[in-house]
Amino acid sequence: MKSVSLFLALGLGAAIVVASSCGGKKPAQTAPTPNADSAAAADKARQDSIDAANAAAAAEAERLRRQREADSLAALSAAAGEVRNMLASMIHFDLDKSNIRSDDMGALDQKVAILQANPDLRIRIGGHCDERGSDEYNLALGNRRAQSAKQYLVSHGIDAGRIETQSWGEEKPLVDGHDESAWSQNRRAEFEVVSGGDNLRRP
Amino acid sequence: MLPRTGMGLDSVRAIVGRDLDFSDRFEIITLPAGDSIRLAGTGTPSSTRSSSTRRSGGTGGAGGAGGAQSTTALNYPLYQALGADFALDVTAAGDTTVLTLHDIAASGIRRTVRAQLPKSGDPSFRMAVHRLADQALQAALGAPGIAATRVLFVRDGKVYRIDEDGADQQLVSSTDRQAMSPAWGADGRHFAYMEFQAGKGWLYLQEMATGKRTAMSTTGTALDFTPAFSPDGQTLAFSRATEDGTDLYTINVKNNCCLRRLTVGRFSDNLSPTFSPDGQRIAFVSTRPGLPQIYVMAADGTDQQLFAPFDYGVTGASNAPEWSPDGQSVAFHRDVAGTLQVFVLDVRTRTVRQLTSVGRNEDPTWAPDSRHLAFVSDRSGYRQLWIIDLETGRIRPLLQQSGERLPAWSPRLSEASSSNP
Repeated sequence: MKSVSLFLALGLGAAIVVASSCGGKKPAQTAPTPNADSAAAADKARQDSIDAANAAAAAEAERLRRQREADSLAALSAAAGEVRNMLASMIHFDLDKSNIRSDDMGALDQKVAILQANPDLRIRIGGHCDERGSDEYNLALGNRRAQSAKQYLVSHGIDAGRIETQSWGEEKPLVDGHDESAWSQNRRAEFEVVSGGDNLRRP
Repeated sequence: MLPRTGMGLDSVRAIVGRDLDFSDRFEIITLPAGDSIRLAGTGTPSSTRSSSTRRSGGTGGAGGAGGAQSTTALNYPLYQALGADFALDVTAAGDTTVLTLHDIAASGIRRTVRAQLPKSGDPSFRMAVHRLADQALQAALGAPGIAATRVLFVRDGKVYRIDEDGADQQLVSSTDRQAMSPAWGADGRHFAYMEFQAGKGWLYLQEMATGKRTAMSTTGTALDFTPAFSPDGQTLAFSRATEDGTDLYTINVKNNCCLRRLTVGRFSDNLSPTFSPDGQRIAFVSTRPGLPQIYVMAADGTDQQLFAPFDYGVTGASNAPEWSPDGQSVAFHRDVAGTLQVFVLDVRTRTVRQLTSVGRNEDPTWAPDSRHLAFVSDRSGYRQLWIIDLETGRIRPLLQQSGERLPAWSPRLSEASSSNP
């Protein structure tokens, strides 16, 4: 609204300001005389009505803009949540392995796109293991897994400085249980937002 | 034999008797009278003789002042006839506890030890009694015992300590953060451990008596884990995981400074260091052959080579090495058919032998006598700590709870090193 008014004052109003100052303070009394002053007054009146119309249009435009903004904020928020979920999706590993499985590359490519679309986003990758290996060796293995995921992102163009890593070994199982189903879910890398994750944009 | 943990329930006699039993150097048989115990040899080289303990009224009273006198009147021929080599008297004379070791074959007293024990409710009482038991063992066999020792372990992310006989369990972790890998300092007064904090692994040094803890120099920048003290206590070796993988480092403990890198793995991980008792070498785990196996190097990181032999493509992953206090062996665990078993490497011949086969067995730690190992086993159906004697093969649970892991057996604890806060 304000920007619209300001635009009119500066553009169309330049001549009016000059006319007003020439016409003195009583333009209505001079109206019958078809002189320059009354022409200026007529111009002024016409201009006022244009201003009013413009103001009304601007108000409507503003209302629509706010509506659109509200709609798109809701959409953005929904998109941010969706993006956040995509970012948090885990990847998994084979027993005692840290290489990226081909069925996880799609999920990692998605994370690459998200990181590219959100340049302020910083993430942390946590590497985890199942309970079968040695407790302490699993800290090294979990580290390998986190590094392996990080390397994939970096090799696809993401700045290494945006990605922290950590290893939890087998200390934080996702699923309690002592069978292959639990183990395979626990051999994983998790992705969490460190900063810049407030209004995530869709890639 | 299971420990009773209540101070009032466990007399000096019972503790000493159990300590001698747990030394696995005697065979103890209760005589029909029930008040005396006979010890027969276990067939080990160091104790081919049989031994016997006789106990007179340990709770004071009538036995009191006359105790020492009456023990000299021991019926040696009777004990000889029973096949005993030693008899042990534990008596009370006022506030002094008198321990008398009789040499049955020589028909005389081998040694008498007098001690003023703390009251039975005192936190230092049990350790004082354990030291008495070790003195009896030393007098009988000329070898130091392991009764006055403790084991650190992890349960639910916290560090606990427990006496070697399974009594007096105490929490020693000072925060709620998840901890791993406790390791004793050589003096028994300190221990180091790793704690997860803000996505990193921090190494801390803690005084046992006061609980005062110090973050080690340069820790908190990466994932530091598996600390191990050099025998002189001056150096702490540990594993550090970075984006280059996991490698071994040392720092100077005394000045808490001077980080030094020992391995450069690049495409392999190097972890879990353990010093030889002369401090000259470090055994460790390396993944350079593909699977983790046991390697050794000079303490400065040079001369890295395979330590425990394995068959490429056949032998499973090997981890968690610990060098024995006598320097002759390295205990570790190895994956055998999908589960873990404890192995011992003979350092001189570089041959390995499998020690366990029932259930999953892992993370062995040596007693200071280099013949007992504590380890984690699920042989009873759940994971708990067990102790095995390598000479006799005798095995016992350290405590009847589940979820314990990563045990670390202390050195022999002197009076100063075992004091409580």
